[in-house]
Amino acid sequence: MSENNINITLDVWRQNGPNDKGRFETYEAKEISTDSSFLEMLDVVNERLIDDEKVPITFESDCREGICGTCSLMINGQAHGPNKGQATCQLHMRTFSNGDHITIEPFRAKSFPIIKDLAVSRAAMDKIQHAGGYITVSTGSAPDANLTPVPKEASDMAFDAAACIGCGACVAACPNSAAQLFTSAKVQHLNLLPQGQSERWQRVEAMVDTMEDYFGTCTNHGECYEACPKEISLDFIAFMNRDYVKAKIKNRKLAGQN
Amino acid sequence: MTATMEPSTKVTSPRLDSKVPDTDDIANMWENHKFSMKLVNPNNKRKFTVIVVGTGLAGSSAAATLAELGYKVKAFTFHDSPRRAHSIAAQGGINAAKNYQNDGDSVHRLFYDTVKGGDYRSREANVHRLAEVSVNIIDQATAQGVPFARDYGGLLDNRSFGGAQVSRTFYARGQTGQQLLLGAYSSLNRQIESGGVEMHNRKEMLDLVVKDGETAGIVTRDLLTGEVESHSAHAVVLATGGYGNVYYLSTNAMMCNVTAAWRAHRKGAFFANPCYTQIHPTCIPASDDHQSKLTLMSESLRNDGRIWVPKEFDDARLAADIPESERDYYLERKYPSFGNLVPRDVASRNAKTVVDEGRGVGPLKNGVFLDFADAIARDGAETIKAKYGNLFDMYANITGEDPYSRPMRIYPATHYTMGGLWVDYHLMTTVPGTYAIGEANFSDHGANRLGASALMQGLADGYFVLPYTIGDYLADKLGDSPVPTDDPVFKAAEAEITDQTNKWLAVNGTKSPEHYHRELGKIVWDRIGMARDKNGLEKAGDEISSLEEEFKKNVRVMGDNTSMNTELEKVGRVADFFELAKLKARDALVREESCGGHFRVESQTEEGEALRDDENYSHSAAWEWHDESTHQTKHEEQLEFKHVKLSQRSYK
Repeated sequence: MSENNINITLDVWRQNGPNDKGRFETYEAKEISTDSSFLEMLDVVNERLIDDEKVPITFESDCREGICGTCSLMINGQAHGPNKGQATCQLHMRTFSNGDHITIEPFRAKSFPIIKDLAVSRAAMDKIQHAGGYITVSTGSAPDANLTPVPKEASDMAFDAAACIGCGACVAACPNSAAQLFTSAKVQHLNLLPQGQSERWQRVEAMVDTMEDYFGTCTNHGECYEACPKEISLDFIAFMNRDYVKAKIKNRKLAGQN
Repeated sequence: MTATMEPSTKVTSPRLDSKVPDTDDIANMWENHKFSMKLVNPNNKRKFTVIVVGTGLAGSSAAATLAELGYKVKAFTFHDSPRRAHSIAAQGGINAAKNYQNDGDSVHRLFYDTVKGGDYRSREANVHRLAEVSVNIIDQATAQGVPFARDYGGLLDNRSFGGAQVSRTFYARGQTGQQLLLGAYSSLNRQIESGGVEMHNRKEMLDLVVKDGETAGIVTRDLLTGEVESHSAHAVVLATGGYGNVYYLSTNAMMCNVTAAWRAHRKGAFFANPCYTQIHPTCIPASDDHQSKLTLMSESLRNDGRIWVPKEFDDARLAADIPESERDYYLERKYPSFGNLVPRDVASRNAKTVVDEGRGVGPLKNGVFLDFADAIARDGAETIKAKYGNLFDMYANITGEDPYSRPMRIYPATHYTMGGLWVDYHLMTTVPGTYAIGEANFSDHGANRLGASALMQGLADGYFVLPYTIGDYLADKLGDSPVPTDDPVFKAAEAEITDQTNKWLAVNGTKSPEHYHRELGKIVWDRIGMARDKNGLEKAGDEISSLEEEFKKNVRVMGDNTSMNTELEKVGRVADFFELAKLKARDALVREESCGGHFRVESQTEEGEALRDDENYSHSAAWEWHDESTHQTKHEEQLEFKHVKLSQRSYK
């Protein structure tokens, strides 16, 4: 064995479809280059399965550079694996040692039904975005971009929220399967900017209410932040909660009582 | 404004009506043309259904804008959500002729730079319009809440990018594509919520349906259930990206493919200039045979990094052990004035030359050094970290090497494709009612794309061009119902897809679709990569054909057609890449000149630069499909340069 290669054992969740019960299967992954990424390791395992006329493991990925949010996986119980601030596609095999035993499962949450093996549906996250994740500005109606100065601090902070890649790790890591970190990132990206003020109160109410239709309740564990590949700050949840409470008062039909 | 080219005796194929307005007043051409196009009354727009395939920058912006106007829009993506499209990975920025920096930029300058940068192989009228609407994109994106970089006064910041002499690039840290896509996606969400857009996730377009010479709709396959469905419409917009993954290894995402565009090609849409590909010089080299994709690092690194290789062949010493006198800073040596900042194609080609000579570095000898030692000594490690910290971290994570203490290794990789479906000034393909926008079309970048112009073009097409031009086609269709999906043309297309799917599952060969994709990529990279010659291109055609034959007989597709099956998705895409690769080889073979990203070794200056042949090749080549056993026919659109002076690029 080359000095850069390792042998590992994988316990992988296999499930033929949404209604299948599912089970773990064990695979010996031999001679894996430590320069390869975790997903390239799975590619190799799959090619070998195909060589043996077995159905390869279904998992999802696309950009493989940590920005599209398509990849997922619980690796040894951790969303996106052991390294902080990384998506699974950015994890490399040099993080592991020869002889390691690695458990690979899908993101697990009631709102993320399993499609097959390691692939899950995260469609519920889109529902939150549909409810208010936008500023109403039809094409062509925008004023000159420099008409409204935005304080750099506000812009930078909005960016910190906007960096969310919508992967769902926060939900998978949360013991309650709550989506507060994701939702707060999406709400606060727009609520922090001058452009987002007109719809600020409607937005937060609609998005939070929709979130609660699909996801669990936040009890301040902070696991979401630990798992987040973009290290989105928990502060945004506090901002969102503040806006939500204000919105509940401001949005009352009897606006004159505000 | 001077016309410098001799009047050409060559004529444009009658099949290629560019619809460019007949005027020399290019500055007002688009404005006047908007007035001359037919309009659809606001109350009538809801009577038209438009299908948009793909939800990257071009597709999302088009779908949202068409729905805002009142059209009934059905949008399709093979992703689980529109926001996953690969536009999201664009790092650098987006150009716009705002002249906020007061440094002399203008619509005309952006137009001029883009035509010149494209090595005079694009259509002037389209490029000028692109430069005009660029300013509206920034306004639109800012109003949507895209957090562009700002100065302390709260106004928008710009930077100079890709060798431009003005600062016209707007950016959002190193994630401009992500932020612009989230902006377009937010507008799309508003329309999904209000019912203006019917969104179809996880459905892949597998055929374009044409009836009596006009667009009828598309056929899709549900990637979760295998169900084949027909969708009819008055018009179809393809916003399905480029074909860079024909090289297997590229900076494209894993699922990027040519299938939607290619199936449209097979139904009558001409495919233009497939030989034009942009190879980006600063990517991280492959580490082994299992490499699945390549990662781009911003070319801003070349501002401070020095590129070199050892003078000796097969020099296995560590960089630190190679004395200054035994290093070849080949770009600084060959191009004293531009040095390490020569354009992308020149930097890429020179890296290939030294690696091919056997002077490559790294375990696989497949890279060149990008060395920051001098910059760190001059400015201090902290300054370099502030400028490039995230890129250095990314490099360290991927390679396991510390770029602060040893030079980075870089090598070029396929990044963008300038060729694509031929479109007229209205962005309509040669199939009436089928449009192509964004990277999927061929229109604006000629033979080479400037940095920060891909995002600009995708959004220009989607927000500000297509929504006007599509009305000109639809206006005549008022009162016509779309072809019903139980029409024999749809049923036949569905049957063909089902039949092909079953055939793939039944081949039962020995090698995976991935295997054949990888092998195809090696041929395309070796023969139709950074440098091409007649002999190699002729061989490429034969090699691709024989591998394709083996692929069809020996591919092994595991799994079934009733649940998610990424192998089955892949095999169809690889099959289309094979057909595209053959056309790419032919297109490169018959274009016996060098231009932009297409370098024919037979056509170079004494200095080794790309040498155009304007006399014979000042045209776009648009290929017409016949059938699998007949070569495509080439049609030429002659390019006229009335407003930009043709010149030979030189970077000495």
